[in-house]
Amino acid sequence: MLSDHTVSILIFAGIDVIMALSFYLPASAGQLSAGQGGFMALGAYTAAYLTVHGTPFPLALAAGGLVGGLVGLAVGFPALRLRGLYLVLVTFGFGEMVRVLFLNAPAFGGPAGFAGIPPATTIWHVLGLLIVLVYFFTRVSGSRMGRAFAALRDDEAAAEAMGVNSTYVKLAAFAAGGVIAGLGGALYAHYTLFIDPEAFGVGRSLFVMLYAVFGGLASFWGAVVGAAILSVLPELLRWVKDWREIFYGLLVLTLMLVRPQGLLDATLLARLSLRGERAPARG
Amino acid sequence: MFAQQLVNGLMLGGAYALVAIGYTLIFGVLNLLHLAHGEVFMVGAYVGLVLALAGFPPWVTLAGAMLAAAALGVLVERVAFRPVRNRGSHVTPLITTIAVGLVLQHVVVKIFGAEPVAFPAPFASASLALGPLTLSSLQLLILGTSLALMAALEVFLRSTPTGMAIRATAENQTVAGLMGINVSLAIVITFAIASALAGAAGVLLAWNFTGLSPFFGVKVGLKGLAIMLLGGLGNVTGAMVGGLIIGVVEVMSVAYLASSYRDAFAFAVMILILLVRPTGLFGARLQTG
Repeated sequence: MLSDHTVSILIFAGIDVIMALSFYLPASAGQLSAGQGGFMALGAYTAAYLTVHGTPFPLALAAGGLVGGLVGLAVGFPALRLRGLYLVLVTFGFGEMVRVLFLNAPAFGGPAGFAGIPPATTIWHVLGLLIVLVYFFTRVSGSRMGRAFAALRDDEAAAEAMGVNSTYVKLAAFAAGGVIAGLGGALYAHYTLFIDPEAFGVGRSLFVMLYAVFGGLASFWGAVVGAAILSVLPELLRWVKDWREIFYGLLVLTLMLVRPQGLLDATLLARLSLRGERAPARG
Repeated sequence: MFAQQLVNGLMLGGAYALVAIGYTLIFGVLNLLHLAHGEVFMVGAYVGLVLALAGFPPWVTLAGAMLAAAALGVLVERVAFRPVRNRGSHVTPLITTIAVGLVLQHVVVKIFGAEPVAFPAPFASASLALGPLTLSSLQLLILGTSLALMAALEVFLRSTPTGMAIRATAENQTVAGLMGINVSLAIVITFAIASALAGAAGVLLAWNFTGLSPFFGVKVGLKGLAIMLLGGLGNVTGAMVGGLIIGVVEVMSVAYLASSYRDAFAFAVMILILLVRPTGLFGARLQTG
């Protein structure tokens, strides 16, 4: 069977994919969030707090997702008034505020972090959630809701003219992204067994965005592929030792310059769909 | 007490404003976010550190940091913005600049180590009693330098041909190009100026905090972003006023509330103002990034 080390790499990669999908969902409706680390923190702390106080893991996991979703809904409201980079910046601020909040919450360990979380997450939990998410995204992308997302992203005014309820769709996108990130956080907490606010800071949020955009925003597969590659890449770069981050940065930069639309762009996706499906009309 | 805190806040705010002006100049011209700007600021501060340790006088430290940061900013434009300017979406430069920032951060870690280092004081500071206020000469230098740089920028943008070319480019790139303005050059100059201001802010804040670390740029960079948003995207006056406001709010929150919340206040103020006035304090444009 797989060694412990390999399993841990796979679990972290799986959680990164989950997080990238949580960014992709609102992004597919044109809502860029640079605060996914904040939702992840909420899910992680909620679930960890519950299991430490005796709640069974599945319930705590669900609660983590629920809190992520509720806060996502709350963050969605200012999002109704803001677009593009304004939204990126406000969600950035949201992530920072969540971090500072946990830094100042003694019940959650404050800056010292929250320890003693019972081990619960296995690779099967991560894999199971991923399968559910992939199924969900394949079902959503062709549905009425998925088409409303795409319409809203491409042209908000036109989408509204065609009868898309933009308020409802945006809030749904944000809330669903929050649920996914909350679940990701809950799984993360029960694998690392120790969480502190710094684990979910700006760096986390930016990397989540990096994964999804690197893979390409034309399809949810972009987020999956991007996160999988970029979270395993540091392992493959072990041989460069302490030049690792520099190499990593240069690699990402070069690939983005070569493929500004991300790895899986619309053309590549069309070529990959062998069954001659309708080519994704996004780019 | 209150007046004293106000002065301390203005001093901090002046340096923050310099960083925010850089963001806003670049955003104004390109409509894009430069997420490695905090790292340019940090590298500027380290260049200042090298010069200060070599025994150069304070003004050489400051000028050297500004020059080095300007050169670095132009380089960032060349590798992270220009190649994707007309390709990809407005998210692409977010990613390329995150990558550049990561590289810069770790190059500095490689050279200077990841630990915070002390930054030598520029001179033996004397205090000046002004009624109930106590001002140190270092504080005056920091506040004076940032105000002087802002005034110089304002004059440059308003009344020199290059400044007008930059404003025209920010207004409308295509039309500016048709009017015979070299748009690419205007963009390069904008990056040079924005980065030079960040370099200056790096040295000023390193003097203020008497130290720096390779991760110094992340926090200050975030604050700069919040200030830019507060003042209105692309609005230089807004960034100046916003910087002073955030500096004062931060110092006041430490003095009268809890110091551990200091970093959250900048964002709390930003979000509150945006909810009331989504275009920022001085912004008039629609927020369509």
